Amino acid sequence: MKMRKFLALALTATTVLSMSALTGCSSGSADSTTAAATEAAKAEETKEEGAEETAAQTAAAADIKVGFIFLHDENSTYDKNFIDAAKAAKEALGLTDDQVIFKMNIPESSECYEAAADLADRGCNIVFADSFGHEQYMAQAAEEFPDVQFCHATGTTAHTAGLDNFHNAFASIYEGRYLAGIAAGMKLNEMIADGQFTEDEAKIGYVGAYTYAEVISGYTSFYLGARSVCPSATMEIQFTGSWYDETAEKEAANTLISRGCKLISQHADSMGAPTACESAGVPNVSYNGSTVSACPNTFIVSSKIDWAPYFEYMVNCVANGEAIAADWCKGLEEGSVVLSELNDKAAAEGTADAIAEAEKKLISGELHVFDTSVFTVDGAAVESYMADVDTDPAYTPDTEVVSDGYFHESEMRSAPYFDLRIDGITTLNEMF
Amino acid sequence: MSSRKKHEPKFHIAKRDALAWWQSWLIRIAAVLAALIVCALVTVVLTGENPVQVYLKMFDGAFGTKRRIWSLAQNTAMLLCVSLAVTPAFKMRFWNIGAEGQVLMGGLATAACMILFGESLSGPALYLVMIVTSCLAGAVWAVIPAFFKANWKTNETLFTLMMNYIAIQLVSYYTYIWSVPKGSGQIGVINRATKSGWLPSLGGHDYLLNILIVAALTVFMFIYLRSSKQGYEIAVVGESENTARYVGIDVKKVIIRTLILSGAICGIAGLLLVSGTDHTITRDTAAGRGFTAIMVSWLAKFNPLYMILTSFLLVFFQKGAIEISTTFGLNDSFSDILTGIIIFFIIGSEFFINYTIKVHNAKKGEK
Repeated sequence: MKMRKFLALALTATTVLSMSALTGCSSGSADSTTAAATEAAKAEETKEEGAEETAAQTAAAADIKVGFIFLHDENSTYDKNFIDAAKAAKEALGLTDDQVIFKMNIPESSECYEAAADLADRGCNIVFADSFGHEQYMAQAAEEFPDVQFCHATGTTAHTAGLDNFHNAFASIYEGRYLAGIAAGMKLNEMIADGQFTEDEAKIGYVGAYTYAEVISGYTSFYLGARSVCPSATMEIQFTGSWYDETAEKEAANTLISRGCKLISQHADSMGAPTACESAGVPNVSYNGSTVSACPNTFIVSSKIDWAPYFEYMVNCVANGEAIAADWCKGLEEGSVVLSELNDKAAAEGTADAIAEAEKKLISGELHVFDTSVFTVDGAAVESYMADVDTDPAYTPDTEVVSDGYFHESEMRSAPYFDLRIDGITTLNEMF
Repeated sequence: MSSRKKHEPKFHIAKRDALAWWQSWLIRIAAVLAALIVCALVTVVLTGENPVQVYLKMFDGAFGTKRRIWSLAQNTAMLLCVSLAVTPAFKMRFWNIGAEGQVLMGGLATAACMILFGESLSGPALYLVMIVTSCLAGAVWAVIPAFFKANWKTNETLFTLMMNYIAIQLVSYYTYIWSVPKGSGQIGVINRATKSGWLPSLGGHDYLLNILIVAALTVFMFIYLRSSKQGYEIAVVGESENTARYVGIDVKKVIIRTLILSGAICGIAGLLLVSGTDHTITRDTAAGRGFTAIMVSWLAKFNPLYMILTSFLLVFFQKGAIEISTTFGLNDSFSDILTGIIIFFIIGSEFFINYTIKVHNAKKGEK
């Protein structure tokens, strides 16, 4: 996550060390705040002869202007996912280049407030920010510009902020993780059937960023998906303490592989874990998008959030004069959670069918990922759990989230709050 | 004085006599103009945009709205503050490239006070504790390498550089410990509801106090370096340690005292960034200013008043370049390229101020 910055530091240091008398500089370190718009694609002319539907949409959205704030640029898989979705939504809504402004590389500091306020000054009616740490600065801007809608991904406080122009959004990504877990379980079954290892040795390795609810929810749903098809599966987690640290993620994956993990998945934003798997020949289930081009032999499938439905939703709300929900969380049915193409070279036979079947059940409500009858905590079933839904520094549990036989993830607010440590999963380094 | 060999260089470089101030400024202005022309060429070749439009956009990015002017002033003040901090050390020829870490430590101390004492201490007491601890934290981070340098002649460049990484890791550690919500690795805005420990906004302007504090520091540093005995000692140690010893200056003491001052001002910069600007701390709080400040200080020849201009120029170009890339839909690397070109020319101009190129007259040779 901070790779670019570190490179800049290192470069600057080198330059300074070698300076003889009067020089010493690096433009790289000068700017943490470089922002940029990339409507790099050449202005596509709005098709006048387009379908009437599009014409109607364009008319409604004609006086809309959307500003996007991204933590990094396309070089981060996390931000690229948002940027691609923003471009897709722009096309789908028939917005012109003038109606969309991108600001990239906005750090999680008052720079975010400055960027949001500047976008409002430029006449944006919607401002969106993509990183968790942007949240409070978005709220600050929302207080100052009551007529502008401020939408923020992954945040947790909109439902308690008391601002009707400040909104959080997420997606039921745990359902996507569950389906990806099924692909992992099928692969383990195939390897057991091939005699590569015994049932008892079916251990999954998982590289996580922090012991944060979003990560815990992710790996637990992944594990439950895997165990639904491979009952003997266990899992080990290695944390890196960073959302983006390629070296640490690679090392974590290698540690897990050397500890006998037969398959690796990850929740962190670099290519560290996937590439470590490719060189070790260990199958990998990815996140944020397909990594098949870098890992043609080991990539199985990837789950990700597609933000385009949300972007279209927020624009349509403003265009139609409707309120945007304080918490927005959609899933498989609405196309907010999607799986990449399966890589047939690595995926087990029948994976596609198994995923399709489970997906149908999840959508119909027949199947719940956090069904309390399929997991235990310290050997006991979970009948009640108070989660910290209304975020506060003391992490006070405030809301009952278990009822009707399952844990209601992402229903009380959009961002995940499942942080139970279920049996079968071992965390190797809890300090993060 | 060169011996008559067959091969004779076409030109050689010689040190200039001191130029009149207006001559050297003429060279600098010419360099900035040349930089703008090269930037225009690069812009036209790479993007096909009209360079005049591009420059208008640059001004728009820096001065376009009231908010941008305040942001420009605030960023200039912050860069200037760190530059003021490193200047006495540089003037003493102590290569302190650890300002980044010293600023972070000052910021971390401030954040710690805001989190730990935000509720228990009253306003003035909290500010006092914040000021003392942030100065102390910055000073400690600077004085450790200074102590080793003064006593055992360790290499301060490497030492201060490495201290940066320790500071970054410490900040990482505490942002995890204090993270809200649990485990997210983000502290978030501290005391958002109570604003306890936030520097007050003056007349409705959030950054005005920051700017005034830095202005006062600038005046202080100018007088300190120019007119105080300690400032003179710094200059003597910088010119020659042996001379300093000969005239009875305690070199060790001067090194340590100067670095305490340098680190304490870095601590103040951290305080202004955390308490007066971001109201949180992350690994990126210093945002590379510790390194950019080195350039600001050198370009201004360690004169605090010139540093107002150099830090303003750097921030202006940065803001302008960002605006260009936002407006014309370019990747932000493009603004890095433009800033790089401009800085290259400014630094290059210093070379021509100090040196002259003497072209050899070919007719005099033995061709």
